[in-house]
Amino acid sequence: MEIHEYQAKAILADYGVSIPDGGLAYSPEQATYRASEIGGERWVVKAQIHSGARGQAGGIKLCNNEREVWEAADELLGKRLVTHQTGERGKGVYRLYVEAAVAAEREIYLGFVLDRSAERVMVVASASGGMAIEEIAARDPDAIVRVNVEPAVGLQAFEAREIAFAVGLDASLVPQAAQMMTGCYRIFGELDATMLEINPLAVTGDGRLLALDAKMTFDDNALFRHQDVSELRDKSQEDPRERTAVDRGLSYVGLDGNIGCIINGAGLAMATMDMIKHAGGEPANFLDIGGGASPERVLKAFRLVLSDENVEAVLVNIFAGINRCDWVAEGVVQALQQLDPSVPVVVRLSGTNVEEGRRILAEAEVPVITADSLAEAGTRAVAATERSAA
Amino acid sequence: MSIILDETTPVLVQGVTGRIATFHTTEMLEYGTNVVGGVTPGRGGDTHCGVPVFDTMKQAVAATEATASVVFVPPPFAADAIMEAADAGVEYCVCITEGIPVQDMIKVKRYQRRYQHASRMCLIGPNCAGVISPGRAMMGIMPPHIYEWGPVGIVSRSGTLGYEAASQLKAVGIGVSTSVGIGGDPINGSSFLDHLKRFEADGETEAIVMIGEIGGLQEAQAAQYARDHMHKPVVGYIAGLTAPKGRTMGHAGAIVSTVGESAAEKVKLMQECGVKIVKLPSDFGTTVPKVLRR
Repeated sequence: MEIHEYQAKAILADYGVSIPDGGLAYSPEQATYRASEIGGERWVVKAQIHSGARGQAGGIKLCNNEREVWEAADELLGKRLVTHQTGERGKGVYRLYVEAAVAAEREIYLGFVLDRSAERVMVVASASGGMAIEEIAARDPDAIVRVNVEPAVGLQAFEAREIAFAVGLDASLVPQAAQMMTGCYRIFGELDATMLEINPLAVTGDGRLLALDAKMTFDDNALFRHQDVSELRDKSQEDPRERTAVDRGLSYVGLDGNIGCIINGAGLAMATMDMIKHAGGEPANFLDIGGGASPERVLKAFRLVLSDENVEAVLVNIFAGINRCDWVAEGVVQALQQLDPSVPVVVRLSGTNVEEGRRILAEAEVPVITADSLAEAGTRAVAATERSAA
Repeated sequence: MSIILDETTPVLVQGVTGRIATFHTTEMLEYGTNVVGGVTPGRGGDTHCGVPVFDTMKQAVAATEATASVVFVPPPFAADAIMEAADAGVEYCVCITEGIPVQDMIKVKRYQRRYQHASRMCLIGPNCAGVISPGRAMMGIMPPHIYEWGPVGIVSRSGTLGYEAASQLKAVGIGVSTSVGIGGDPINGSSFLDHLKRFEADGETEAIVMIGEIGGLQEAQAAQYARDHMHKPVVGYIAGLTAPKGRTMGHAGAIVSTVGESAAEKVKLMQECGVKIVKLPSDFGTTVPKVLRR
């Protein structure tokens, strides 16, 4: 789960990381009020969306007076920002964060990620902050410091000092930096974060370290033990199709093609997408109905897939282990009878109770195109879209 | 021979009294698996599915001399169950549970390192379909009728793609020695490489099918091992050629976040290592016979 910058900063502050003064605003009036509360002479008005690269997309505005703050807020609120991470639809701006502008002498990159190979949390740091880590890695891979943390004891002070010295911080700032890194590591462990990034971390002229931008993601599988983190979810930032899927217990990723997929198992779902592509088609989505799918869940999956207006054919591909083909077939029959889709439906069933499943489909006399193998399923689905287009 | 288990392996079911565990314990027993007991804290002394229930893994192992366990415990408690199995001294632990927090898996992997390598439990999964040695025994949730016994070892992240491969092989008259699901989580127990080693040493396995997907670097490590240390042919497939970068495709671990994690990169590296690539998921049945004939 992703959260907004202002939420990430509040968490950082709780764990002893310094952040500039700032406040949340939902209207231009509130934004100017925040600016006057914060005081000073320059502010940044920042669009709160779940994406990086907001600056390039015009989502961050530097303002020199309250009038400019009002205007920036007025322009940003309600706008959809398109960055290279959001896709073409972009993300809606409904919240702003108004913050004191900070004159940074230097900008550092600091990140905490999961290192899958080492099976540990890894601290990643670089002296050249302010740009994306991929960009730093491409320009100067040696400028990146990486430290794997031993999970039994956590990040030690000496490791944090080593990182701080390695990115060239002045000795007077090292204790502050070390304390901050320890705090970030604690966030990772205590709140089940999967990514934490402070970029840039500013070094100010008066010798302070301030987190100017912050990003955090959390482990969906661990939200059950963090009520406070779950409450930070902002549904306005999610693809409406994916939001519906989560609420219905389905695993869905929206794509741009025209063949709607209803599959069981993540591996088979990816493989089926590859199969469709090979046959000359484009998948409209990834969808895993999961194990033990009831006819109701299959019906919900149909509703979701058919709600995508790009869909010109639906492919149901089931290899039942923990699932049952007869239940899936009942779900398909219900979907066709209740939803009466205007697009062709291709069904391939295999595995547990397959004979029963095929019998249910045949006896219901619903207009499905059946396929016996994975190869047939792919080619028939693509052929079906060509027919429905003609 | 087969790897990991056969009909004599004494198996315990952790969380045996749960609804899903009950269903699959019955299936495993019917298939001929030597299930010798189950563990549910607080239910010790009961009999469930015809086998004795114990309060702790240590008691269960002491009473039954089990050498393997299969975990059907819900995600919040599954990591604890795995560590309990490791501490009780079973040789293999298969964890079916999907949705274990990553931090819990970091703990599990660290905990396992208290044991010397030679006596360390082999964890299979989590978030996997389990292990089956066709005609002999199974620890998992797969539909057993799609497997036939034979000379091909299968190791797969995905459960359903493992089924797909086995059934395509069966259709062309080729059987499976053992099929192992290693699971779709970002941090898992044993890797592709661990099982390639086992299959290489197994007298009955003549070729290995390795089914990977986007995310992580385990397929690449296994392919390099195959090139440097193996004599048996390895056939490989990677799912997710069309998966967009930065999106999690169902499995928590199926996400391209760094160099080398995409399907195209993995396929290229495997090919360079001499792994015979299955281009499409519908081609297991046509590709495997080619390496077997040689």
